[in-house]
Amino acid sequence: MPSIKSVGLRLFDWVDDRVQIKALVDYMAHKSVPRHDHEIWYYFGGLSLFFFIIQVCSGILLLLYYRPGADSAYESVQFIISKVQFGWLIRAIHSWSANLMILAVVIHMFSVFFTRAYRKPREITWLTGMGLLGLVLFFGFSGYLLPWNELAFFATKVGTGMAGVVPLAGGFLMKLLRGSDEVTGATITRFFGFHVAVLPALFTAVLTVHLLLVQRQGMSEPESWESRPESQKRRMPFFPNFLLRDLLVWLIALNVLAILAVFFPYGIGPLHWDLGLKADPFSSPPAHIRPEWYFMFMFQSLKFLPAKILLVDGEVVGIIGFGLAGVFWTLIPFFDRTTEKGRRKRLYAYTGLVAVMFVLVMTFLGYILD
Amino acid sequence: MRHRILFLLLTLSIVALSAPVAAADEGNCFSCHNEWEEGKDTPSKRWPADIHKDAGLTCSDCHGGDPSLDDMDAVRASKGYRGAPKATEIPGFCGRCHGDAAYMNKYNPSLPIDQWEKYKTSMHGMRLAKGDVKAATCISCHSVHNIAPANTPTSTVYAINIPKTCAACHANAAYMAGYNIPTDQYDKFAKSVHGVALLEKEDIGAPACNDCHGNHGALPPGIDDISAVCGLCHAKNAMLFDQSPHKQAFQEQNLPQCETCHSNHDIIKPMDAMIGTGPESLCSNCHSQGDGDKGYATAQAVSVMLDSLVKTEQKATDVIARAEQKGMSVTDQLFALKDVHSTLIESRTLIHSFTLEKIKPELDKGIQLGAAVYQQGLEILGEYSFRRTGLGVATILITFVALLIWLKIRRIER
Repeated sequence: MPSIKSVGLRLFDWVDDRVQIKALVDYMAHKSVPRHDHEIWYYFGGLSLFFFIIQVCSGILLLLYYRPGADSAYESVQFIISKVQFGWLIRAIHSWSANLMILAVVIHMFSVFFTRAYRKPREITWLTGMGLLGLVLFFGFSGYLLPWNELAFFATKVGTGMAGVVPLAGGFLMKLLRGSDEVTGATITRFFGFHVAVLPALFTAVLTVHLLLVQRQGMSEPESWESRPESQKRRMPFFPNFLLRDLLVWLIALNVLAILAVFFPYGIGPLHWDLGLKADPFSSPPAHIRPEWYFMFMFQSLKFLPAKILLVDGEVVGIIGFGLAGVFWTLIPFFDRTTEKGRRKRLYAYTGLVAVMFVLVMTFLGYILD
Repeated sequence: MRHRILFLLLTLSIVALSAPVAAADEGNCFSCHNEWEEGKDTPSKRWPADIHKDAGLTCSDCHGGDPSLDDMDAVRASKGYRGAPKATEIPGFCGRCHGDAAYMNKYNPSLPIDQWEKYKTSMHGMRLAKGDVKAATCISCHSVHNIAPANTPTSTVYAINIPKTCAACHANAAYMAGYNIPTDQYDKFAKSVHGVALLEKEDIGAPACNDCHGNHGALPPGIDDISAVCGLCHAKNAMLFDQSPHKQAFQEQNLPQCETCHSNHDIIKPMDAMIGTGPESLCSNCHSQGDGDKGYATAQAVSVMLDSLVKTEQKATDVIARAEQKGMSVTDQLFALKDVHSTLIESRTLIHSFTLEKIKPELDKGIQLGAAVYQQGLEILGEYSFRRTGLGVATILITFVALLIWLKIRRIER
């Protein structure tokens, strides 16, 4: 009777004989991860991946009962949370995980920015990461409409309306998103298509490139290590040490997610997704209509802008401003080519700090001035 | 003399009703009177707000005379001059146009033309015909020279304003002295369920004085008319009462129908304590224990069951509210609670049949439905506890695995 270990080894040899995976395992075994005071930021990439996996699993379960369409979307979500066994839990996990995933991705992005981990040779990794951030935000935006409730309807109307003010392509963009001139049943099926087919396909492709690059190039070392001799650089093996630590973080995240989903299945405070009333295009918008927290800083900034800025609509100026800022932020590895002690390096760090402060203050004002 | 002139001016506008649309020229009447009259509340100052002005009528259309003349004596001597009507002449003065279908069709075909005829049958009209000049005429209610359409809030006969318009005379003890009728109707009405709805909540669907007493043909309703008047709105209650044993009993004792239990001007919101045999019960005013009084037994049984339904509904509402507070989905139960409340409303209506066989099925239905919702609420709360237990177990397991991993990390990094 052969032991389980010997069966496993034979199976491994059988596969290796055909696809040569030993090289990959050897590579992982020899790969190491830098150890330093800021190593905690390394875990946010993995954490984002964990929440993405949760999203895929819970999303597939929701798909079993969700029916897109103006006459069925709201009713099917109501059915999921009230009739389907553990349906409430799956929806709560999907909603919480979506928000936590965006939070993890945003933290991951800012940690990479402030540690300047985007510098050569990791420019492509940064670009794919920014692509993933954009896709995650679109995931959130498209998923928000799917329950077809009052709040989602009007938030989507405002959101897609903003796309409409983009110069030149605005009209086309808005129609592309809405599927008609207004937010209708056609918009749900369109957003549903984006949310469960287009975005996952794109996300998986970009994520694969992102992970391959991370594996290929390894974790970015701190800038202070550039002048340090190899003997003074502390490292830990990627396998099993870093992988086990990653797993530990995932388990803690799973615990937090479970507690949040069970105790606050419909969110907490301003972060809520209770179903409420079904969307009625002929009703007046409810009071306190506002976007999700990750769009709040843009929403609030646009509200502060005057109606006209040098004969141009304030909203148009704001949208163009955010668009240019996004492009600048994405291309930062190509602008920031300075040395360790260069003055421009500090300029970019301060720019990042101002950006973080701006986002935090505008988000805060968005909630307290509501 | 001055008062006569003022009275003349007041009535000028009313006469304007009879003028053709084409006679829109104000002539000298308005320009002179506007110049002479002192104060803000004079006929000429009121006139711009009058519906007759909007219709294109002028002073001479009502008051007659030649408006092109400058001298007042010449106007009085001119052809067709009618001047200011006496109080007893006012209904006919207005009715000259408002009772003429062909004429009124030119202005507002939907307006009734029987006001004068009805007025003659009203208590006001009958008293005026006997020469009682204190009796209300058209201008007592509709005002004069600033008459607004009844459906505009500025009108003295707009639904919300009617009680005060009537109260101007009927709540004035000195004015009403000698008529031998109470003067506290307005105070009572203002506190009643109808008065609160109309005057405080400004619900113009709520009845004002004229909805029960009529307007142009205003009379106090007779004993037999009361249920018909109330039944205009409370149709089902009236129908049930007509089929109830109380119908004949009240007739035999010459008791008014609705009013006997609910009063008239000071109708309060009905309470469940009004049914039954308790201290606030109205049933025990006539029915007493013993001697096989079937009414007493019915009142007692209905009261007990009604109380049970109210308590069941309250219990179910509380438990569902607790479940909702804990974030549980209770949409179906909230709908079911509405059904429970509907049975309670229906049961309260069915009380007017005063027949246990008709009331009991609805009460039973409500009690059973309420009990089922309560049970579902308990199950939902149980589900909440199960979730917490499940979460506790899952958290312990996940924490245990995390601890093992942490120990493993410590061991391999030692």
